Formats: sequence, structure tokens, C-alpha cells
Amino acid sequence: MKLNLNPAPHVHSRQDTRWLMGNVLIALLPCCVAGVVYFGVPALMLMAVSMASAVLFEALWQKLCGRKLLIADGSAAVTGLILALNLPPRAPWWLAVMGSAFAVVIVKGLFGGLGDNFINPAMAARALLLASWPKFMTAWTAPSGLDAVTSATPLMTPAAWTPLELFLGRIPGCIGETCKLAILAGLAWLLITRTIKWHIPVAMMASLCLFSWIFGKDPVAAALSGGALFGAAFMATDYVTCPVHPAAQMIYAAGAGLVAAVIRSYAGYPEGVTYGILLMNAAAPLLDKCFRRRVYGHGREAAK
Amino acid sequence: MDGKHGILGNNPLLRLGLGICPAVAVTTTALNGLGMGVATAGALLLTSFVMGLIGGALNEKARFAVTLILSAAFASVAQMVLRGWFPALNDSLGVFVPLIAVSSLILCGGSEAAGRGFGAAIADGLVMGIGYAVAMTLLGAVRELLGRGTAFGAAVLPAAYEPLLLAALPAGGLMLLGIAMGLYNAVFGRGRNGKEGA
Repeated sequence: MKLNLNPAPHVHSRQDTRWLMGNVLIALLPCCVAGVVYFGVPALMLMAVSMASAVLFEALWQKLCGRKLLIADGSAAVTGLILALNLPPRAPWWLAVMGSAFAVVIVKGLFGGLGDNFINPAMAARALLLASWPKFMTAWTAPSGLDAVTSATPLMTPAAWTPLELFLGRIPGCIGETCKLAILAGLAWLLITRTIKWHIPVAMMASLCLFSWIFGKDPVAAALSGGALFGAAFMATDYVTCPVHPAAQMIYAAGAGLVAAVIRSYAGYPEGVTYGILLMNAAAPLLDKCFRRRVYGHGREAAK
Repeated sequence: MDGKHGILGNNPLLRLGLGICPAVAVTTTALNGLGMGVATAGALLLTSFVMGLIGGALNEKARFAVTLILSAAFASVAQMVLRGWFPALNDSLGVFVPLIAVSSLILCGGSEAAGRGFGAAIADGLVMGIGYAVAMTLLGAVRELLGRGTAFGAAVLPAAYEPLLLAALPAGGLMLLGIAMGLYNAVFGRGRNGKEGA
């Protein structure tokens, strides 16, 4: 049993892991629908395989470690779904299985389970898949009904799409990241239910736009292409791997946006959001140290 | 360290964390792991041998410096042997063969061998060296199997296997080394002789 030793006052809340994960699943629904509409049944299959394998590996791992089975809290399902939404629509099914296993067992389980992982599991799994099987992770298909047409990601050919096309998502890309309208709907749900606060998504997108503009790119296209908005809404905001203090959160998110913009502009990869978020995940404990919460009832001096 | 090193009991790579740099860098195949492990083990054995002979006569502060000179000398020997008889292996190990000179395994093992008597020093060096070579070979075999689908260069997995490229990269090597250390500690128990690490 874990005792919470926070200073008073205490406010009772019905928020628990299950409530939180349920909210995230609801928020991801528009992205799932958009993904299936644009990329068809294979995208749906990929989501199902990824979620099922993530839950299965979580159960196996907890069983193996002799821990309490906690798959009902929904965190593994969320990890699996977010991972699937980060895969190209025609990715082979075993890619989702390998990614889920890595996310749940290596990134989360080995470090002590939910709450003890230092980087976002789904994001780390995406990095693993990108490093290990690049030819499957960069095989983009354009959404064109039943037939899949291989094409380049908009990040390589930014002028080929209008901002409206980028916003509505009829573009090649990962399953969940193309339709910005759906992502914004999910983000709105998370904000309305107060699952997350505005600091991280806003700071990350602002920083990405600003630095893309400084690096000589179109800031609107930069915000609307690739996985920036999806990452800012659903992955950078992971409670476990982001800092606690609002100011620290904004520095963290701005750093992620900066790294993403630098990688997009100057590095060999077309997309840098993954590495931006992962790097700032690793920096989050440091930021937490710099911005301590002021203890209630004490002056500003005492917090230092 | 108290002479209880062993191939299984107190593995220098998997428990003491000695010689991690080449373990992460060059164990991309089983053969590379074996070559690097044996070359390091040979240099360690010779260093321990000489330190066992003369180490007792040196004062504490001089031991480290003498060990460093000895290990540099035997690293050169290892490089000449590899270059002469195994040129291909030498090429794939690259800069890590001369770097045996500053291997933490040899610096640690060599300094410890001083003043322990001739027989004990050699026995220690031999056991630690073999333990290191075995661990390096195993790590290399796992990385080769995952990263290329082969074992000692022969294809063992079906052609449909898509290699896990990360296993062949240094980052994957570090992760697999960590997992191997965890498994090793789980199987053989932690700090059997009451001490953690060296």
C-alpha cells in the first residue's frame, strides 16, 4: 500500500488511473475513426492487434513478476492504441506486436510498471521500430479508398498539400496523426474534462512553429504536418513522464518542440517529434528539481 | 575483490561491470565477441602473470602505473597477433584492440593481482578472462541472432525473419547488456561474497 504524504489541504477526487485512461481512450476515438475512414480496415486491424498484444504482454509480465494483475486500469490498452496510431497504416501486424512488447515489458515493466517508467512507452516503442525496421516504418500510403498508393510523407514535400488538406488529414502519414481536426477534438475533450492542462500542448506547438519559422520553414505547414499535434496532445502530456510544475511543463514542451524543429530542418530524419519528446522525457526529473512545488502555508523562501 | 571471481560466480562483465565499453561497441556478432573476449583475456592473463611476479615489490601507488604500462604492452601484443593471424577479425574490431590497453578489466585485475602470490594471480586472471570471454561471446551471439538472424555467420533463422537492427547498434547493445546483467543477477544471486561490485 502506498501512502500519500502531501501537505494539507486535501481535496477528495474521483480521479483514478481507470478514470484517466478511460478519458484518454475517449479522446483518442476521433483519431481512430479518422484513421479507419482514411486508411481502411488494415488500420483497424492494426489497432486491435496492438491493443490486444499490449494488454496480453502486460498481463504476462505482471504474472511473471508475481504482481497484482492491473490490466483493468486500461493503461496498457492506451499504450497499445497510441502505438498503433503512430504506425504507418500498412505496417505488418508483427510490428505492432513487437512494439507493444517493447513498450510494456522493457520500457514500463523493467522500470517498475506504470508510474515508474522514465520515458513514454509508446514513444520509445516507436523509436525502437523506427531504428530496427525503417523500411516498414516509413512505407507511407496515401489515403485513397481501397487501394494503397505508396507516397512520400508531407514532411518531405511540404508544398504538395494545402493547409486545409493537412488539417483534414487526407494525406499520407501514421494512422492517427494525419487528421488534425480529430486530434483537436480529442484534445478539447481532455481539456474540458481537466484530464490535462493546456500548458504542454500549447507550449510545444508554439515552440515548434517559432523555431520552424526561424529555420526558414512555413510555421503553419510545420504545425499541421507530421506527428507534431498528435505528440503534443497525447504523448508529451503523459503524466508519468512530464514534469509537475506548470512552468517546468512549459520549458519541457518548448524543448520538445525545439528538438523536433531542429531534427526536421537539419537532421537525416524527416520527423523529429519522437526524439524531441523522448529527450525531454529524460530531462523531466531535472526540471522537477528546478521547480519545486511551494509547500502550502509556507512562504516563498521556505520552498527554496 | 577477494579471489572468488569465477566464470559463473562473479562474472567481470555481468556482475562487476568491467570492460563494458568494448562489450557494447564490438559484440555485434558472436565471432567479434569471442575475438575481443579472448584478446582481452590473453592480455589480462599476461598482465596478472607479470604483476604476480613483481607486484609484491611495488608500493601501492606504483602498482597502477606499472599495470597500465603492462596492459599497454600486452594490448600491442594482442594487436600484432590479431593482425598477423586474423586480419579480418582485426579489421572488424578496429580501434577497440589497442584500447585493450586501458580496459578497466585489466587495470582492475592487474592491480589486484599484485602481491597475491604467483599462483593466485594467474588463477584469478585466467578465471576472470574466461568469464569475460564467455560473457562477450554470449552477448555477441544474442546480438548477432537478433540483429542479423545468423549464428557465427551461418543463417539459422528463416529468411522471412526481419532483423531487429537495433540489436546490432550500440544502443541496443547497451539495453541487451543491461537485460543480461539483470538475468545474471536473478539466476546467480546478488553479491554472493557479500560485496557489490569491485
